[in-house]
Amino acid sequence: MPEKKVLEMREVWVRYGSQIILEAVNLDLEKPEGLLGIIGPNGGGKTTFLKVLLGLLKPYRGKVKLFGKSPEKSRELVGYVPQYKRFDYDFPISVWEVVLTGRISHAGFLKRYREEDKLAAKKALETVEMLNFKERQIGQLSGGQRQRVLIARALASSPKLLLLDEPDSGLDPHMQEELYHLLGRLKKDMAILMVTHDLSAVSIHVDKIACLNRKLHYHNSKELPIEDLEATYQCPVELIAHGIPHRVLKQHKD
Amino acid sequence: MLELLQHSFMQNAFAAAILASIACGIIGVYVVVKKIVFISGGIAHASFGGIGLGYYLGINPMYGLLPFSLLSALALGTVSKKSKIPEDSAIGILWSFGMALGIILVRLTPGYAPNLMTYLFGNILTVPRFDIYMMLGLDLIILGTVYLFYKEFLALCFDEEFTTVQGLPSQKLYLLLLCIIALTIVVMIKVVGIILVIALLTIPAALSRKFTYNLKKMMFLSSLFGGLVSVSGIVFSYLFDLPSGATIILVLCLLYGLVGFGKELLERKGVSFGF
Repeated sequence: MPEKKVLEMREVWVRYGSQIILEAVNLDLEKPEGLLGIIGPNGGGKTTFLKVLLGLLKPYRGKVKLFGKSPEKSRELVGYVPQYKRFDYDFPISVWEVVLTGRISHAGFLKRYREEDKLAAKKALETVEMLNFKERQIGQLSGGQRQRVLIARALASSPKLLLLDEPDSGLDPHMQEELYHLLGRLKKDMAILMVTHDLSAVSIHVDKIACLNRKLHYHNSKELPIEDLEATYQCPVELIAHGIPHRVLKQHKD
Repeated sequence: MLELLQHSFMQNAFAAAILASIACGIIGVYVVVKKIVFISGGIAHASFGGIGLGYYLGINPMYGLLPFSLLSALALGTVSKKSKIPEDSAIGILWSFGMALGIILVRLTPGYAPNLMTYLFGNILTVPRFDIYMMLGLDLIILGTVYLFYKEFLALCFDEEFTTVQGLPSQKLYLLLLCIIALTIVVMIKVVGIILVIALLTIPAALSRKFTYNLKKMMFLSSLFGGLVSVSGIVFSYLFDLPSGATIILVLCLLYGLVGFGKELLERKGVSFGF
């Protein structure tokens, strides 16, 4: 049996009221490995795009398949890392308890967490190098550490596709670099799709890049035609490409 | 002091205070950490319709209150999430709808409505034995549900979206939590009344949060605070002939202020709390 495609989107349209948020989006991910970065301005539909993949939002037209099934039915293969800034960090919950919630569907309804759930949570915390912090209340961590805990929560269920919503926002350059390094390790075992408005995220660890601003521009490569970027951001590319640490964009043609 | 306990109405009062403190101590923690104080207030006030219905039908108002509060919880939970109007507007509308319905029904009932004030402001010194048994039964249901759904409720309160993505029926879990809040409100009504329910639901939990970051410990501490304060509130209200519900709330507010202020002061000097 041929392996199922990780992700298949065909002509996906999403609208909110009369406003169109996503227009005719097509995307294919074949193999469960590699890191796809999706960049686009704020309000360009990045979060909506993720919500469609998570089955939280239904497109009014088009087809979405994850591992050959609908998003709702493939949730056990998908790990999700939301924007870490939207949490109440005063919440009385420890790092350990947060990561265990990533096993909640495996443990079963109304049952306590089993040994194998705890083992998976421990392994996930080791992967992100946060096991020493497991007793900490989540408010007592730095931004980068919180981000790692949320990644561990998603990893606890051993996903084949990892979705990250602006994981790099609010992190200082050093912490961003650590984050990309971690994602660079993880992408060998799973497909990773991350959305970001920050172009400096397009670092050496990203394998492919797409641009999203209502429409998705994607050429199955790491190289990004200037026209696509300009169509996405609607401003001269020099402005946004300024200060990229690892230059992956093509040089301008004279 | 001890002769207080010889009156059977006092025994009932203390039993009611303790049963209410357990329920609101545990459930209040969910209300506070999930920040659903306003919707809980909505359930409490909308439930007044049930009391009015009880009077109108000539049955024990508690029988009207119980189903009506559950219904209000389901209606508020569904409308606030699903409707197009903002959540707080939806709550405000249902809040006043229930109250207005109750007032009309009481007015339509022939004769004088005895004990109406008891439901609005609480009077713990007049709690009958039957109500104590009912409170005990509800406490057991509340404790059992929290025991069974502990990990689901924790996940739901911390991150509802993630809980959905994990494949759990988070909307149903949320409605269940609101129903448990409704039962807690029924348990508390005789103690502090509809108007003051929110105080007993939030203050002990908010107070316990100052001492621990563990949800279970918070539940234990907030039940303890609630119990100590309600018992001492009853004693004060008996000694000084003051309304019991309001006295309990004032003692709670005072304690919250003192603890908050004292903790701030000590922490500035470098003493830290927490266990």
